[in-house]
Parts: sequence; structure tokens; C-alpha cells
Amino acid sequence: EFRRFSLERSKPGKFEEFYGLLQHVHKIPNVDVLVGYTDIHGDLLPINNDDNYHKAVSTANPLLRIFIQRKEDADYSAFGTDTLPRKKKVLSNVLRPDGQRKKPPLVISLPQDFRPVSSIIDVDILPESHRRVRLYKYGTDKPLGFYIRDGSSVRVTPHGLEKVPGIFISRLVPGGLAQSTGLLAVNDEVLEVNGIEVSGKSLDQVTDMMIANSRNLIITVRPANQRNNVVRNSRTSGSSGQSTESSLPSSTPNILGNLLQGEEESDEEDMIIEDSGEPQQIPKAAPSSESIESLSQIELLHEATQNGFLPAPEVSLNHSAGSSSMECEGPDPGRKALEEDGTVITL
Amino acid sequence: QTVEHGFPHQPSALGYSPFLRLMAIGTRSGAIKLYGAPGVEFMGLHEENNTVMQIHFIPDQCQLVTLLDDNSLHLWSLKQHGGASELREEHRFTLKGPPGSPPSATQITAVLPHSSREVLYLGTESGNIFVVELPSFRVLEDRAIPSEAVLQRVPEDNCNRRSCELVEALREHPKNPDQILIGYSRGLIVLWDLQNNKATHHFLGSQQLENLYWQRDGSKFISCHYDGSYTQWPVSSDNRQPEPLENTVPYGPFPCKAISKIYWQTTKNGLPYIIFQGGMPRASYGDRHSISVIHGSQQTAFDFTSRVIDFFIIFSSEPTAEFDDPSAMVVLAEEELVVIDLKTAGWPAVHPPYLASLHCSAITCSHHVSNIPLKLWERIISAGSKQNIHYSSMPWPIDGGTNIAPDPPQRDLLLTGHEDGTVRFWDASGVCLHLLYKLSTVRVFLTDADPNDNMNTLGEDEWPPLRKVGTFDPYSDDPRLGIQKIYLCKYSGYLAVAGTAGQVLVMELNDEDAEHVVDHAEADLLQDQEGYRWKGHEKLKTRDGPVRFEAGFQPFVLVQCQPPAVVTSLALHSEWRLVAFGTSHGFGLFDHQQKRLVFVKCTLHPSDQLALEGPLSRVKSLKKSLRQSFRRIRRSRVSSRKRRGGGGNASEVQEANAKFDQDTLQEMELAPVQRKIEARSAEDSFTGFVRTLYFADTFLRDSSRHCPSLWAGTNGGTVYAFCLRVPPAERRMDEPVRAEQAKEIQLMHRAPVVGILVLDGRSTPLPEPLEVAHDLSKSPDMQGSHQLLVVSEEQFKVFTLPKVSSKLKLKLTALEGCRVRKVTVANFGSCKTDDYSENDLAVLTNLGDIQIISLPFLKLQIRYPCIRKEDVSGIASCVFTKYGQGFYLISPSEFERFSLSTKWLVEPRCIVDMPEVTSNNHVHNKSGVENAAKKS
Repeated sequence: EFRRFSLERSKPGKFEEFYGLLQHVHKIPNVDVLVGYTDIHGDLLPINNDDNYHKAVSTANPLLRIFIQRKEDADYSAFGTDTLPRKKKVLSNVLRPDGQRKKPPLVISLPQDFRPVSSIIDVDILPESHRRVRLYKYGTDKPLGFYIRDGSSVRVTPHGLEKVPGIFISRLVPGGLAQSTGLLAVNDEVLEVNGIEVSGKSLDQVTDMMIANSRNLIITVRPANQRNNVVRNSRTSGSSGQSTESSLPSSTPNILGNLLQGEEESDEEDMIIEDSGEPQQIPKAAPSSESIESLSQIELLHEATQNGFLPAPEVSLNHSAGSSSMECEGPDPGRKALEEDGTVITL
Repeated sequence: QTVEHGFPHQPSALGYSPFLRLMAIGTRSGAIKLYGAPGVEFMGLHEENNTVMQIHFIPDQCQLVTLLDDNSLHLWSLKQHGGASELREEHRFTLKGPPGSPPSATQITAVLPHSSREVLYLGTESGNIFVVELPSFRVLEDRAIPSEAVLQRVPEDNCNRRSCELVEALREHPKNPDQILIGYSRGLIVLWDLQNNKATHHFLGSQQLENLYWQRDGSKFISCHYDGSYTQWPVSSDNRQPEPLENTVPYGPFPCKAISKIYWQTTKNGLPYIIFQGGMPRASYGDRHSISVIHGSQQTAFDFTSRVIDFFIIFSSEPTAEFDDPSAMVVLAEEELVVIDLKTAGWPAVHPPYLASLHCSAITCSHHVSNIPLKLWERIISAGSKQNIHYSSMPWPIDGGTNIAPDPPQRDLLLTGHEDGTVRFWDASGVCLHLLYKLSTVRVFLTDADPNDNMNTLGEDEWPPLRKVGTFDPYSDDPRLGIQKIYLCKYSGYLAVAGTAGQVLVMELNDEDAEHVVDHAEADLLQDQEGYRWKGHEKLKTRDGPVRFEAGFQPFVLVQCQPPAVVTSLALHSEWRLVAFGTSHGFGLFDHQQKRLVFVKCTLHPSDQLALEGPLSRVKSLKKSLRQSFRRIRRSRVSSRKRRGGGGNASEVQEANAKFDQDTLQEMELAPVQRKIEARSAEDSFTGFVRTLYFADTFLRDSSRHCPSLWAGTNGGTVYAFCLRVPPAERRMDEPVRAEQAKEIQLMHRAPVVGILVLDGRSTPLPEPLEVAHDLSKSPDMQGSHQLLVVSEEQFKVFTLPKVSSKLKLKLTALEGCRVRKVTVANFGSCKTDDYSENDLAVLTNLGDIQIISLPFLKLQIRYPCIRKEDVSGIASCVFTKYGQGFYLISPSEFERFSLSTKWLVEPRCIVDMPEVTSNNHVHNKSGVENAAKKS
């Protein structure tokens, strides 16, 4: 079914209202739907919050093509980063979901359910031949899954070319985090671990440093294959192809950014069980105050876990810990202590 | 690094100066160490790290010459500098033959420092004798003794080119410095006149020669031979080619091994002492390392447990004395120094004040206790003296030099646990590490070895008359007896030791022998965990009924952990009368007053099969002999292994080694070492392994009431805290001790917890039990809030108490890539003023660095490289003292001592006086000897 209607481009309103409007015009008030639109590259992109809704409206030229699918039989694979070559397929895929497909459809969650597993960071400050990769071990059951070895690389020194010892990735475990990100490869030279240079350090030292940082590992490598380097300032920033490889793009929704920070720091947080009670995260002793965003985040997380603990080692939340850490908040404005200390619990 | 304690690893040469009364020991790694009176010691290291083959003191000088296996000679001298003597290398020299000559032409086999102190005679493989001037090492070609010159007057049938091959021995005539005796390996012996440059006497030995020794008056000498015989020869002016007086094969008639060195010592009563090394019947006793002493009808073959490197006799060195009158024999064996008193009937051994064989059974752990109260010190010494009654009362015969180091400021004990189930108590106050007392835990258990099976109980008529001497006995009958953890309370005299098979013994000091039953309790650390089967060793069987214990530390209770895995941590609280112990399965608390188990806590992760099976499970099936041979291999150090022998093939060996190294390098490049990068997880093996236990009186539940508590840290980064209720003293026996778990902290980085510490309101570490009661420490501050410091291998973290919130942290591994191996609180006092001191953490990392980290702010103060990072056993053996010193094993037999504190330094400081030299006349100089003898 096709519907055509108009919106005030300058006052698009909230996503919730828009969603209600869609259900209304299609007369499907109780049906959960997925909303998508085609952007200027022809990619099918989701609309599920205020930000991407506003973005979608702003791209209308003047027509904005919106696709609505019933949630239960939606084709998630249509969404994503398919660029121009697949442009024409998008429509046909959506319109003919029962086409000749070999693979069963992958169920992909919505962006707010996503958890980052890796990113390339600091592209703007590193030489193009280097790549700084962050692996978010936290919250995933996947092993880091790689090995390092001693080796040697050739460097340009004041005395000419010299062979110097270096540390290299020697093996990627299939299915491991390192392999699944595709950002690290065998024979990549490791230059830094969490900002600390490895030159002059032994294999065992570098191993220990990596393991000590394993919950939030940032390794700077010189990729063995230099052809896939991130090229700076060569494409428009709107390109979705690049955004997946850049670090925390500024357009990332606010809530996601906060969550990321919370995760970064929560690897630090030790757990305590008092008097055989339930495990809680150990708060920081230094008093600090919370920001508005973090408060809202806590409430949101509260709702998400009303039914108590999750048995699996996953992110969860403890009510009493949250309140107790708030009690000890003191005057130290400016520090986003709460979402760092958080109430997120890992068993 | 201040001083090395113990016995040098791989000794290779021995020297002695009767004039200085100093002994020198050279090692395979190129070290030389000089020892005199207790506290007098010097150390030098040859740059080349080559084996020291020979050491010769220059007569009547503070100088010595060493010969290395690269055929280089080194002149060392003791010089006074800044009020103390120092050992320095002065010159080095390598003998060079004419161009084109084979290396054997100049390969030095015998060295004779002439009594004129001006020249060295150097015997070589070629048979030529070179002469070099001292101290310049200038070759005096005109004074050389070529083998051709020697052969000139030798009778035809003994005269062939080979008879002068290889100079075995060079001996100066005891009365006439112009005559030297030259022994060639083929048996020819020549008395050479230095003045006229010709041979005066020829002695035609038929057997391959090993060594020579002059009788004191110069009228006879004795030669010893490869076939196990020795021969006496007369020296007189009327017979220039005498026949031997007597030829003896002491352990004949069957073929015997070579006698490699011999002494002939005259006495007032006329009966000489003949003392020789080796000569045992080849077939039945060929594997013995023996030195035989024959004096009239008395004959004893001292049987050493390790190879004899060399020996010397201490005898009257005054030239005016008519007889030698030997007083002591000093034997350097590969693993220990043995001194035999030759004056006392029965020839008992003398207890050495230094050079203790720390490794007489392999060291398995160490524990240091500073500042021992005098009372306990005296009681330990008294217990030890009862064990030493079989030693000679002779004062230490090697007594040169003067110790000018200040007296040690306090009494320190170093306790070493050994593989054979013994604990040795060492006086570690000063430069000489001296054995005070030896405790054995073996009597508590039934072992395969019969305690009455003594090697010394050979019958009277046994031949050869072997007698086992020395203490080196590395072969443990049962590795389960090994001591793993020691805790001594210096105030109460309570001692807890724990071993390889999960045994925990609590002992108290008793000044008398006693016979009593050792109470026995089992601690089932697995509790209700099901489905496990321990595949490791069994627990040790205990002796039923009363056991007799000698005076000293006597066990009164045995707690047996089940499964009987190695005890990995131990803590004793002598005031509360509690002992806590942990293994890879969990930990427990035992009330040794009521002899009741208070509680056990299982820390084992359900999936951790490896911890359950026990690391020793595979060893169990091996035969004892196999075990022993492994131990033998382990003892031989990989590094600095050098081939003994001719330098002719030394270069070949080096070449081969270099090639081998290259090959291994290439091999390494083919298959590089890789390291897996993986986050720690709760499912890892040995997460339940209890690494540290700590008692503290602190605020565990609320900030108003403090209570006794027990803390435990595991390999998986978990810290458990138990609240304890200890009844007051008057009801201590009536009410049980209660414990309740109060906290469990899981460090998110899951690194092993290696230290737990509570800081009081002034941020000072809590005092040791009974320390306050003995007025040796201020009472802890209970007003301000306490803090908990948890040290893991990767991080230092400070938490508040009683509500645990994180306060501070220092991430060591993430920043530096090193991990904490040992950590302790050290008190650093000012060397300028007595009223300032501070507590810091002394930390040893896996890279062998020592770091000082401030308390309570965890700021790195300073870092020193200390132990080579490859020296894993050295790092594992390190113990810190309470006042910023430490010890670590540099070899199985030696502790290196180091100090991080300017206030507490223990290092040798001593003087060796230069003799008064008035002229170059030989006889004149001997008066210096008298002086030295009188002085000492």
C-alpha cells in the first residue's frame, strides 16, 4: 500500500508523533512496524528516534520515501550500508521479501540495542600508515582472540635503514573479537598499547600490558596491508561507508555516547558482596555530582531491568547500589562521575 | 647489592695463604672470593667470566695470581683504601709462544710463585717452563727451563721426546729457594738448580705422575700417581739418581683411581700425616669423592657427598719450627666447605662460620624476621648448640684480616624451608650467614626412609675406612615433606610451617626434649563440592602415639588440608591463637588454643579440574631414582657452563657453541614464540588458588566497632573478608571462636591478589600481633577511618572501610608492562636522625626491578634494577625485610643481600694488614709470617 502525505519541514515534531501518524494513515494502530527511508545514496536507513527522523526529513528533496514493514516479518538485511551499486535492489528486496534467498534472514537489533565491539580512533592525529583500534571486550562473550610474536621491522633512522625488533600479530582466532572486527590482521606491527609505546619492551611485557588492558584494549598498529588505510578528508562526511570506520562520529546519538563512556570506565569497577548479600559495584570514594543526562540514563536503565538480575554475565543494574552511590555524591560539579561509576553491574 | 651469603656456585679452584691466613675460592663463572676471620671477605670478578683453574698467593704478599681456562693469568692485590682493604685486579697476561707454535706450547698446567716474590714459574703442556717477572708479567726468556735442557742428563732408556711432556707439578725446595722440583706427567721428576741452570737430580718414576710434595726439611719428597700409588724419594748429594724409598698403593691390590694431590706432614711424635685425595679401589669405590688421612695406625677416608675440588692443610708455617704439626684440613667440595680438626682425637669436623651450604637440601621457601628479642634469640641458639655437639671446639683456623664493620644493630633471623622437610634458622644480622638451629618436621610423619638408616654406621673393620662428612644431601626421600610457607611470631615463639602435601604444623619453643602426641585435625577444603577426584599425591601418614622431639620448636598440632594440595598461603595470629592456611582449593582457620577448626571456605571454581587434580599428579608415578636424577639436572645451572680442559680445543668449542647458537636462533625464527592475548575470566584455571592471608583488627561491618578479621586473596582477583569473634582471654578456652563472611570483593581485572593490608586512621599499616603489647609499636589509630590496600599482580588499590568504596589506584601493568611478584611494607628510617621514618611498599616485579611506592598515596618513589628478569628462580626466592633490605638466591646455594635503605646496610668492611717487608731476602721475610701468626 502506498500513502502520500505532507509534513511541515521546519517543524517535523517528534518521532513518537510521526510514528503515531504513520499508524494512523495506514489504519494499523496496534501493529508494530519498522520505519525506514532511502537517503541520497539510495541506502535504506532506519527511522526510530528523533535524531534520525529529523535527519530523514531534512534530506527530503522534496519527496521523502518512507518504507514501513511489519516488525515480525521485516527484512532487516535491507537496512544498512549498501551503497550505490545495490541501490536498485533495495526496493525490490523490500517489496518482494520472499524472493529466492538462500540464507535465512539475520535478525539485527535496533541501534539502541547495539553494543560497539570495535572502532578505529584518532584517525585525525595518527599518520595514515597507522591504525588505532579499540576492542570493546566488555560486555561480549567473545574472546579477544589473537596472538602476538616477536619480529623485526625496518625503520628509517639517522643512520639509514635499520632493522629493529618489533611486536607483531601472529594469529587471529576464528570467531574471536579481533578477527570479527576485521580491523586487525596477521603480521600487523603493534606500536602502542593504550597509548604506551611498545618499543623496547619484551614480548612478555607487551602481553602483560595487553592483558591488563584487555577490557578496553586500544592498540595502535601499522597494518601489514597498507591498502585499506583510512583516507582522511577524501569523502563527504555524510558517507555512511566511512562512518562505520571512524571513531564515535559526532552525529552519534547522545545516549549512545554516554553508554560508551559508561562502559569504558566500568571495566575498572570492582564488585563487592556484603554479608552474603547481592553483588554491587564498588563506588568511588571521591565525591562527585551527576549531570542531567546521566540521571536520565539511570532511569532508563532502571526500567529496562525491573525484573531483577539477569542470570547471564550481562549488563544489569542494581537498585540499591544506584541509590547508595547517589547518597555519597558531593559538590564536585563538572565531573560526569555517576555514569562512570554507574550502577551497571557485571557478575 | 651488599654481600653474598652462602656457598659459591660451581667452585673450581682453591688457594690459601698461610702468611695472610686467607683462603681464596674461584668459580666457574670467573669470580674469586677471599675469606679470613668471620666477617673478612672480599670478592672479585674476572671480566672474562671464564673458569678459574688455579689460585696462587704470592708468598708473603697481599697478592694472588689466578689462572683461567682461557690460559690467562691475573694478578690481584689487596690494597687499603678509605680505611678498608679492597681486592683489585692489577694486571693480566697471556703467555705467547713463538709464532707458529701450537697452543699447547704455552698452555699453562702448573704455576709456582717463587718465594723471592719476583718471578712466577709456569709449567706448560709442552714441558717447557717459562719464567715471568712480577708484577709486570714480563717474560724472562734467559731464565726459562726448556725441556731439552732437562733431558740432557737423563739416562738413555728414559730419554725420549715424550718423557718431558706436560709439567704436572712445580715445587720449590723448602730450605733452598734456588732449587725447584719439576714433575712431568710421564713420571720423570727433576730437581733443578736455578743458579747453575741445570738438573742436579733425576728421579725416574715409572708411573704417570699426579703431584709432588716436599717433606719439611727437604731431605725427602713424595710423589703421587695415576695408578693410586705414592712414592717416597730421598734427596741427598751423594746419589744423583736415587731409587724410591717406598712405593705404596694404599687401597690396593686391585686397581685404584689416581691420587691427585698429597701432603706429607711431620709431627713432633715422629709419625707423619700422609693426606691424599683419591686412590680408592676403582671397581667398588671408584665413585667416591674421598680424602684419606693416615697417621700411624689411624686411617680415615673422609667421604664427601660431592666432588672434591681441592684441599689444603693448615700447619705451622713458621720457618723456625721443626715440624709441620698440622692442625686442620680444609676441603673445598663442589657443594660445601668441610674443615676437619686434625688435633682432636677422632678428627671431628669444624663448624664453619660462613660459606654455609644453604642448599644442603634444596631451598623451597624463605621467611625473614627482623629485630628478634634477645630472649628468643638465646633460646634458639641454645636449642641449636645441642645439635652441634659433634662439632670440634677448635676456633676457626682461617682467621686472617680484621673485621672492622660495626656490630649489627639488631638480631635478624632468616628462616629457610627445604625440600627434605627441614627449616633452617640463620643468623642474618651480619655479613656471615651462620646456621643457628635446624628444625625437622619429618618426625611427625611416617616416611619410607628409616630414620636409623645412617650412612655413618659402617662397621669397624670396613675397608676402606670411609667416613661420611659434610651436610650436603640434596636427595629428599619424599618431596611431600617440602616446606612451602613459614610464619614465626618473634614475641610468642609460635611457629607455623606448611608443606607440599597440605600439612600445617603449629609449634612452640621448648627448651627441653619432650615426648608428646601431636594433635591432628583435618580441614576438608572442598566441603560439599561434589564430583571431584583428587589425582595428586596422598597426604603424609602421621606417626601414632607420642613422638620424641628434641629441644627447640616442637609441633603440637597438625592441620591436614584435604585434598592434600600444596599450602599456598599461611598466616598466624599469636595473640588470637589462630592460624589460617590456604591451598588451591580454599582456605581455613584453625584455633590452635582450643585445637578446633573454626571454618573452611572453598574457593575452587566448579569448572577448575586442573586445580583439583593436583600439579604433582604426574610426578607421583615416577620412580624415586628418576626423581633424583631430575633434581640433579635441575641443580646444574645452564649458564656459564664451561668445558674444563685444554685450551687447544677451547676455540673449537666456542666456534661450535656459536654455530649452535646461530642454529637455535634460526630455528626460533622459523617457529616464533607467540603469546595469547586474552582477558582473564572466572573460568580460568587456578582462580581459587589462595595467594595471601591477612589478619587485621579493623572496621569491617560498621565504623563504630572494630573486630578481628581474616582476609584472603585469590589468584582470580577475589578478596574475602571474615569477621571473627575471639572470646576474651579469661573465657578463651570456654567459648568457641566464631567467623562470619562479611565481604567478598571481586577485582574486575581478575589478576592474582598478592597482598592485603589495612592502614589505620593515620594511614600507618596495622602493627603485627603482640607488637603493641611488647611496647614495640604505637597502638593503631582506631579513631580515623581505616583503609584497605589490595595489591594484585597488576594494580594497587586503596578502598575505604567499613563501606568499601574505591579511593585510589595505581595501574602498574597497564602502564609499564611489569607485574608484582613480591610486595611488603618496609620501614625506611633516616640515617641522619632517629625521629623520622616512613612506611612504603617495597615491590619486586617480574622484570626484576624493585620499586618503592609511597603509602597511602601510591606514588612511585624510585625504581632500581635488581635481579635479571631471566632469573625466574631468583625473583621467586626474594624476601624483603621489614627495614628495606632483602635477599634472593643467585644460585641454589647463595643468597645475594641488598639494601634499599641507607640506614640499614650490611656489607663486609675489613682490613688485611700489609706485612712489613724489610728486604728481598727470603729467610728474612719469614719473620713476617711469625708476626702474622702471633697476631692471629
